[in-house]
Amino acid sequence: QRFVPSVKRRAFVARLVHEDIVSPRFFAPPVRARHLGPRRADDMATFAAPGAEHAVAKAQPAAGGFDFGQCPRNAALASAPVGKGYAAPTPMSTGTTICGVVYAGGVVLGADTRATGGSEVADKNCEKIHYLAPNIYCCGAGTAADTEKTTELIASQLELLRLSTSTQSRVVAAVTLLKRTLFKYQGHVSAALVLGGVDCTGPGLYQIYPHGSTARLPYVTMGSGSLAAMSVFETRYADGLDEAAAVSLVKDAIRAGIFNDLGSGSNVDITVIKTGGDATVMRGYETPNDTGPLRSAYERPRALKPAPGKATAVLSTVVEVADADAMQL
Amino acid sequence: GADSRVSTGTYIANRVSDKVSGLHDKIFMCRSGSAADTQAISDYVRHYLSTHALEVGKPPLVKTAAALAKRICYTNKEQLLAGVIIAGYDEADGGSVYVIPLGGTCLPVPFAIGGSGSTYIYGHVDNQYKAGMSLAECKKFVTEAVTRAMARDGSSGGIIRLVNISADGVDREYLTV
Repeated sequence: QRFVPSVKRRAFVARLVHEDIVSPRFFAPPVRARHLGPRRADDMATFAAPGAEHAVAKAQPAAGGFDFGQCPRNAALASAPVGKGYAAPTPMSTGTTICGVVYAGGVVLGADTRATGGSEVADKNCEKIHYLAPNIYCCGAGTAADTEKTTELIASQLELLRLSTSTQSRVVAAVTLLKRTLFKYQGHVSAALVLGGVDCTGPGLYQIYPHGSTARLPYVTMGSGSLAAMSVFETRYADGLDEAAAVSLVKDAIRAGIFNDLGSGSNVDITVIKTGGDATVMRGYETPNDTGPLRSAYERPRALKPAPGKATAVLSTVVEVADADAMQL
Repeated sequence: GADSRVSTGTYIANRVSDKVSGLHDKIFMCRSGSAADTQAISDYVRHYLSTHALEVGKPPLVKTAAALAKRICYTNKEQLLAGVIIAGYDEADGGSVYVIPLGGTCLPVPFAIGGSGSTYIYGHVDNQYKAGMSLAECKKFVTEAVTRAMARDGSSGGIIRLVNISADGVDREYLTV
């Protein structure tokens, strides 16, 4: 039922507006919240758009959470009697090598750049080191969409927290927000993360598993290439490395993953977060798999080579625009 | 006391984990089962216990912590895979140990063992335990029990973490080999 203000209230509002204390828009009726369902027919009429009366009512928007409405359709497609059925496309996975190391002046994070969809490389140069805060970055392995969106969600929560507290984000805050989210989804959000950052308590490096368990360690590796990278770490890690040694260690660990694991490949990305909270993002720090020289060295048959000097022919420099009549039904 | 191995299948995810989590100044919880579940349980119990301690104005009792953990483990028994041992010191009961295995039972016991490696040392601990041991004897008892379990169980290994809780305070240490 509509809210009908009393005489006293209306007089009060009128005085506020008249004396220019508050703008009249402040007392306008609130925008109808989306979760209240489709608009009623009389609401539709308030739109000025002509023909709106004939518009089909909008489908009920989802209340939130996962929408399983397409599951029966997907199941029917997969088991379709015609031909072999349609299998759902494989989600893009970052079968990956990611790692991090704590050194004397902060944290170094490293990642490869291959994203696979099944056994095919979907992205040869994807970015696996995600921004969470100016002083906190997070490498993600598992399903690419899950790691991307989960880290974006937590990055926005951290920013809101920074705005309300006016203090630098803490690494444990990021870890806790991530582990609570992942535990809530009981491992179905396939995001295995290496989170590193520096805050007022010093450098911190954490590994976070899809089910929500975390561990704080001086060096961590995750992803399908984690065993290869861990072998490098276990051999060469030492407490209190300097920055050059730490970056070299991380680079070699990622290279071990790139060359020994089929799910990892392409380039090495490195991010260094130093005490004080400054982060240096080195995208493509090393590109040991550059295909440029290989591709340019390929000899193509003469017929496929563009003739020199006549590579492109301009067909016409004059373009005619003919106005067409509206379609007659 | 606890070992320090966390494994995902055959790979050791963390060889130096801390399975003895603090719930309050003088109350600790030994965790076994799913790492994610037990970390979540210990976070909840720590949170409730800290609020409770503020309300009561005194350090909480070990049996309170055990009751809180039992409540969580029992009501969510379908979803959780967690066997925990709550131990600590309080003024009312002195030192106490409560064991909460998989279903959510809470039992006050003089000593407790848990986890995958515990099956190999039931005979050993039943043989070695004596009531009224001194601190040194207790440390030796725990160390030897965990060592023998680590020797036989593939999912147990790493270092042995010991936490000694008494009226004087808390003493944490770890032993290698």
